[in-house]
Amino acid sequence: MPAPAQRRIIFQHIDEPGYTNDISCYVRHGGYEVLKQAVTRKPEELIDEVKKSGLRGRGGAGFPCGVKWGLVDRKSGKPIYLIVNADESEPGTFKDRYIMHQDPHQLIEGTMISCFANNVRQAYIYIRGEMPHGARILEKAIAEARAANFVGPNILGTNYSCEIFVHRGAGAYICGEETGLIESLEGKRANPRIKPPYFPAVLGLYQCPTIVNNVETLCHVKYIAEHGGAEYAKIGTPGNTGTRIFCVSGHVQRPGYYEFPAGTITMGQLLNDVCGGPLPGRTFKAVIPGGSSAKIMRFGERYKGKRKVGTEMVDYDWGVEDVPMDFDSLGMIGTMGGSGGVIVMDDTVNMVEALANINAFYSHESCGQCTPCREGSLWMKKISSRMVHGQARPEDAALLKSVADQIPGRTICAFGEACSWPTQSFIAKFGDEFKQYSETKKTAKPADAVALI
Amino acid sequence: MNLKAETLSKIDEVITHYPVKRSATLPLLHLIQEDIGHLPPETSEWVAAKLELEPINVLEVITFYPMFRQKPIGRRHIKVCRTLSCALVGGYKTCATFEAEFKTHLGEVSPDGEVTVDFVECLASCGTAPVVLIDDELHEKVDAAKAKQLSDQIKAEAKKR
Repeated sequence: MPAPAQRRIIFQHIDEPGYTNDISCYVRHGGYEVLKQAVTRKPEELIDEVKKSGLRGRGGAGFPCGVKWGLVDRKSGKPIYLIVNADESEPGTFKDRYIMHQDPHQLIEGTMISCFANNVRQAYIYIRGEMPHGARILEKAIAEARAANFVGPNILGTNYSCEIFVHRGAGAYICGEETGLIESLEGKRANPRIKPPYFPAVLGLYQCPTIVNNVETLCHVKYIAEHGGAEYAKIGTPGNTGTRIFCVSGHVQRPGYYEFPAGTITMGQLLNDVCGGPLPGRTFKAVIPGGSSAKIMRFGERYKGKRKVGTEMVDYDWGVEDVPMDFDSLGMIGTMGGSGGVIVMDDTVNMVEALANINAFYSHESCGQCTPCREGSLWMKKISSRMVHGQARPEDAALLKSVADQIPGRTICAFGEACSWPTQSFIAKFGDEFKQYSETKKTAKPADAVALI
Repeated sequence: MNLKAETLSKIDEVITHYPVKRSATLPLLHLIQEDIGHLPPETSEWVAAKLELEPINVLEVITFYPMFRQKPIGRRHIKVCRTLSCALVGGYKTCATFEAEFKTHLGEVSPDGEVTVDFVECLASCGTAPVVLIDDELHEKVDAAKAKQLSDQIKAEAKKR
C-alpha cells in the first residue's frame, strides 16, 4: 500500500517560498485571528476543546494535554505559569527548530491561547542555548506581537494581560525534563525534582502551579482552538489524534521532516515511500523510532500479539515495516513513539559502535544527581567504548546488560530509563553482534567505513 | 568585571523578567560570556552580588552547563555535532578535518589563536547531518570537503584582519 498523503497543519508554511517569519506575513496568512476569537470565549470552553481533541504532548511522553491542564491547581491563589519547552535535544528530533525559525508567530499565538485558557499571566519560552538565532527570532516576534497588542497588557482590550519572555538554556539535555527545566529557569543546576510532591501542576516554577508544554503541542492547541476539539479528533486514529511530525535521519535517501495524520502511516511506508528507501546498494538493518532513548527495532524481527480494534481484540503479526507509527502501536511492541525522531541504520553499521555512540551521549548528559544513572551511564559508556577502542570480550554483552538493568526505576527522573533502554534493547536484539565483536574487529574495515565513536 | 555599558544595561533589563532574581543567573552568564568571551574567575562573586546570592550558587551553575567556559577560546568557536545521526553520515571525519586544518586538538585554542574546535552533543538538526555550529551560525551537511572549505574561509577572513 502506498503511503498516505502528508497533511501539514503545523508545518503548513515551513519551507514555503516567500513565507517569512515576521508578523505581517503571518497576519497576511490569517494569523492571530484564532487568538482574537479565543479571547471572546470562556477559558473553560477552550480547555474543554483541548480535552475533547485528545491531543497528546509532542515532547516525548505523549501525555494528554487536556489532562495535564486539568491537573493544574487553580485554588491555591498563586499565579499560574506556562513554560514552553523549546529545549529540543533528544537525538534524532529536529521539528521545533523549524517552527521557531520559520513560523515563530504560530508558536506565540498557540502560547497566548493556552495562557488565556489557563489564566496564565506570565509565560517563558525555554529555548536551547545552542539556538541563539532561534532565541533572537522569538524575541523579535514577541516584540512584534506586543506592539500589535497580542502580548502584554490588556490584550485586545479584554483586560487580560500576559507577558512572554525568552529564556536561553546552556547546553544541558536534562533541561528538557520538565522539573529539570524548572530548576534551570530558577537559576540552578538542572537537577530534576522528585515527584511527589513536586508535580509542576501543583508545585512548579517558584513553587507555583506550572504548565510545561512542548513547542509543537502548543501549535496544535492553536489549531484546536480554531477548528474545535471534535474536528481535531477526526484527524488520525482514536487515542492518537491529530497529526504527527516525523523527523527522519540517518541512512535513508531523503531524510527530513514529514507530517501525517497520526497512526495512518507505517514504518515501511515512511522509510521506503516517503524517504526513498535505503541508500544505493544497502539494506535497512535497524531503526530507532522515537528519539535515541527509544528501544531499537531490528529489521526482520516480528511482533505478535493481540490488539484492540474498535471493541474487538484481533491478532497482529507485524514486521518492522508494518508497524503503524503511533504512540500506542509502538508502545505495544515494546518501544515508543517518543518525540518522533526516527534514526535509521543500514547494514554498514556495527551495533556495538552505534551503542557506544549513544552511551557517550547519555553519560555526558546525566545530571549526576542519582548514583545509578550517573555511574551506570558512565560505565556503559566506558565498557562500550573500550570494546571498540580497546579489548572486546564475549562476556561484555552480559556485563553491559547487568549495568543497564540496575538503573531504571531507581532514579528521580526518566533519564534512568532513557539511558538504559538503548543498551537493553541493543543487547536483546543484536546480542550476537556484541558477543562476536572481538572476532569482528579482527577483519579489516572497508576504507570508507564511518567512525561512530 | 570590566563589562561594556551595553552589557550592563542588558543585565539590568533582563533581571526584571523574573519575579525572583536568581532566575537571571543563566541570562547574566550568557551576557558576560558574550561580552568577554569566557567567564573569568571573578564572575561568580560579581553575579552573586548582583542577584543577592552566594558565589557558590553561581559557580555550581557555571560548572554544570556545557556552554559556559571558564577559559578563553579561539576567535571562532567551531562546534561539531558528535551524536548518532551526524556520526552515521560522517561527523567524526568532519571533526577530524577541522582539527587537522587548524592543527589543533579538541577543546584547545589553535596555535594561531584563530579557533577552538569542540565535539558537542546533538545540535537538533539531524535531518541535515553532519551539522556544525560556527559561533552562532549553523552549517548543514558538512562533510569533510565542506569542512575544508569552511576552514579555508575562516583562514581567509583571519588574513584580512
